[in-house]
Amino acid sequence: MAIRVTVVERPIEHVSYIRSTLSGLMTTFKHMVDPHKVTMQYPEERWELSPRWRGTHRMLTTESGKAKCVACGLCPTVCPANCIKLVPGEDEEGNRFPLLFEIDEFRCIFCGYCQEVCPEEAIHLGRHYENAEFSREAFIYDLERLTAQTHPVSELWDPADPKSE
Amino acid sequence: MSALPVLPALAVDLAAWFPRHDPQLPPDSVYTFALASSIKLLVVFTLYMLGVALLTLAERKVSAWIQDRRGPNRAGPFGLLQPVADGIKNLMKEEVRPGNADKWMFIIAPMLAFIPAMLVWAVLPLATPLPTPWGLIDMAVATLPIGYLFMLAVSSLGVYGMVLAGWSSNNKYSLLGSLRSSAQMVSYEIALGMSTIPVLLLAGNVSLHAIIDQQAHMGWNVFSLSVAWFIFLVAAFAETNRLPFDLPEAEAELVAGYHTEYSGMKFSMFFIAEYANMATMSGLMAALFFGGWDIPFTDWDNTGPYTVFKTVATLAMFAAKTGAFLFLFMWVRWTLPRFRYDQLMTLGWGIMLPLALGYILVIATATLALDWMGVPRDWRFSVSLLGLNVVLTGLLLAWGDRGKLVSPASARLDARELARRRARSTVAPSTAMGAPTARTLATAAAGAHDVTEEIH
Repeated sequence: MAIRVTVVERPIEHVSYIRSTLSGLMTTFKHMVDPHKVTMQYPEERWELSPRWRGTHRMLTTESGKAKCVACGLCPTVCPANCIKLVPGEDEEGNRFPLLFEIDEFRCIFCGYCQEVCPEEAIHLGRHYENAEFSREAFIYDLERLTAQTHPVSELWDPADPKSE
Repeated sequence: MSALPVLPALAVDLAAWFPRHDPQLPPDSVYTFALASSIKLLVVFTLYMLGVALLTLAERKVSAWIQDRRGPNRAGPFGLLQPVADGIKNLMKEEVRPGNADKWMFIIAPMLAFIPAMLVWAVLPLATPLPTPWGLIDMAVATLPIGYLFMLAVSSLGVYGMVLAGWSSNNKYSLLGSLRSSAQMVSYEIALGMSTIPVLLLAGNVSLHAIIDQQAHMGWNVFSLSVAWFIFLVAAFAETNRLPFDLPEAEAELVAGYHTEYSGMKFSMFFIAEYANMATMSGLMAALFFGGWDIPFTDWDNTGPYTVFKTVATLAMFAAKTGAFLFLFMWVRWTLPRFRYDQLMTLGWGIMLPLALGYILVIATATLALDWMGVPRDWRFSVSLLGLNVVLTGLLLAWGDRGKLVSPASARLDARELARRRARSTVAPSTAMGAPTARTLATAAAGAHDVTEEIH
């Protein structure tokens, strides 16, 4: 289909320059003296994040401070971006724990499947967005870093509206 | 030890160089004159540069407020140190010079853009003369008897900087920008000059001092010459390349216009030059139409004897007027979109110039008539002219500003005109297959109504 160009007839009897400039100046002046400004003073003021916000991960810990993860291997399996590296280990009592748990946050697509699939409610996405680093390597979060994070975790769904209606 | 006997001798010499003089009379001594001029030069230059730097901040603040934002507020209190930060950044930046650029022209152009704007301030009377123990010091850097002519001559030099910048960059967008700027400046320079002729008619002198004195005694020119002020205002916007006439640097079409290839401090010079030009035009507008340093509704400021307080008060008044116009420049910039190039030219040559010429005629006739009727040259003269201006402004708004498009002769034809031309077969029939000739284009224009209706 050919592109059709609409040539709008200018209503020439309504054309004005000086008067419309003056009314335009009034409009801008009203905005200038209007004390309401939309700028958010960022480091001091921040957005309130939705409970469903999916940001960089956080690993929850038990009371003793150890990671809740039991190295079941569900999250690396379900991860569509293949960004979780997990090497399971086992202590003398037969409890499994992760020897190595790394998430490459550059590969992560923040789908939230790892949190959804986790039987121990260990790995979570975070309600967090300030992720600047000085190197690319710093974006591979290891277990120590994941457990050290303190930001609130994602709910994945809004508790007030669980079916997202 | 040997320095001490020299000191009194030096002091005696200094006293002889700068003799005491009646504070109400200009100094006789050449040395006093030279020293006073040097000090004025330094002070005006410093304040001017400082003001221009602050103007860049003011522009950003005003634009932010108009757009419901806050503007720079991180560097220093209220962002007052932002110009310093910008200056340091620009000095530290790498200066890129295109390989095929004309080296010396490329370097000279930013200076040429900046210097003429500053030169005009040399002749602007900033306040009433300052009485000092060494004589009465005039508050203009150079008290030129032909200040007005100097101003016209110098302000038109500003275009050289832009033309050279565009040409030496060896870049087609820069060149287009500078060509536009030269065409624009030449066009509006005429309207600008013509709009100030009525001022000269009233003052009867080309000295800026005389022009201000006349306004101090007769009332400001903006009331007696409102239309001339309007023309001057529009031309000033065009002369300073500010929106709605910032075609030389139209970002959407020309990247950044004449200063596309400039970086670092050289770019900053162009930036400063723009604000310097604004300040100059604002100062001129204050001097020519708003009474310069004259404080309204009072007479004490324009009659002797001169005091320091008078100087300070009138200086503040002049600064306030200039500042008000600077704000107007910014306010308009963040209100209006850009004119199209053909509209700009039509406005300049087709409307502003005839308007200015006609106004000269009207004012000359009115002055002659009022003189003939014996109206004295004081407030009565101004009120009579004001009455005339009210009528003219009413006409301008009601008739001149209604139903008229600023567009050139080559604009889209209306249907009747198109039919007439087609009947006279001035529109050539299509000759080559597929080539969009005048006829096919005309048909398309005529069919535009149908298309519009179809979509509705």
